[in-house]
Amino acid sequence: MMKLLEVAEALSCEVFSDEQQLQYKVEFGCASDLMSDVLAFSQAGALLLTGLVTNQTIQTAYIAEIKAIVFVRGKKPDKKVIDLAKEKKIPLLGTQYSMYEACGILYQKGLVPTMSNVPHKAMNE
Amino acid sequence: MNKAFSQSFKIHGSDMYNAGKASTEIKTILKQLGINSTTIRRVAIAAYEAEMNVVMYAKQAIMIFEITPEQIHITVDDEGPGIPDVHLAMQEGFSTATPEMREMGFGAGMGLPNIKKNSDSMKVESIVGKGTKLEIKININ
Ligand SMILES: Nc1ncnc2c1ncn2[C@@H]1O[C@H](COP(=O)(O)OP(=O)(O)O)[C@@H](O)[C@H]1O
Ligand SMILES: [Mg+2]
Repeated sequence: MMKLLEVAEALSCEVFSDEQQLQYKVEFGCASDLMSDVLAFSQAGALLLTGLVTNQTIQTAYIAEIKAIVFVRGKKPDKKVIDLAKEKKIPLLGTQYSMYEACGILYQKGLVPTMSNVPHKAMNE
Repeated sequence: MNKAFSQSFKIHGSDMYNAGKASTEIKTILKQLGINSTTIRRVAIAAYEAEMNVVMYAKQAIMIFEITPEQIHITVDDEGPGIPDVHLAMQEGFSTATPEMREMGFGAGMGLPNIKKNSDSMKVESIVGKGTKLEIKININ
């Protein structure tokens, strides 16, 4: 469990949504550019890290109950994407870090994964 | 709620911009009806994968959403190329998606298997050169 504010700090994020949404909490992390994978392997309440900045990213997140999205590698959503996310109440953040780095940083902070195929020890304990 | 509620949506092939709208609306309706969130997520995911398949592979379709006190039914009847080998299409990883579709984040060959995973019953009927009819049933709760 991590507050978006902590995520934003850890990844030096640019925030594309209402600052007050940074109070939201995310329970898990998942990362993919494949929306089909997000639909198949994510969990409700997760944070999604992705390099895909399209309407479908937002639609997929809404469908899969993704709590918030971080765009990696300095990718920026355009106004249409930001507006759709606003409508769906999904906060959008952006980081300069690569997918690998961003995941590593959040993993180290104790954000547990969703798309795990191997038994996983909670790191917070 | 004793009577069945139903609504239909038109889905247009290749319309990436609106892709997902029907499923999104279904999700919003289910939320308003107060259906439990696990069921909503299953319905939304199944409907969305079915909708994306129409957008990616077919010409157009009618999606019918019905809710009874016990079950949610989604029927997607499309006009399109059909699926030559439904058994093969159901395999995880099988996909005929184009590079453009993959760039949009789809085409991992997980759609039909994921619909099956999220539904209590799923039926695919397809006639090559005519179209595909997909029926999904999900029990409430
Ligand atoms: N409505 C449809 N009309 C024609 N072909 C379809 C349809 N739905 C699925 N298919 C075929 O079945 C394959 C597998 O579908 P799916 O499991 O959703 O994976 P993906 O969409 O990622 O390829 C598709 O690549 C396509 O060849
Ligand atoms: Mg598909």
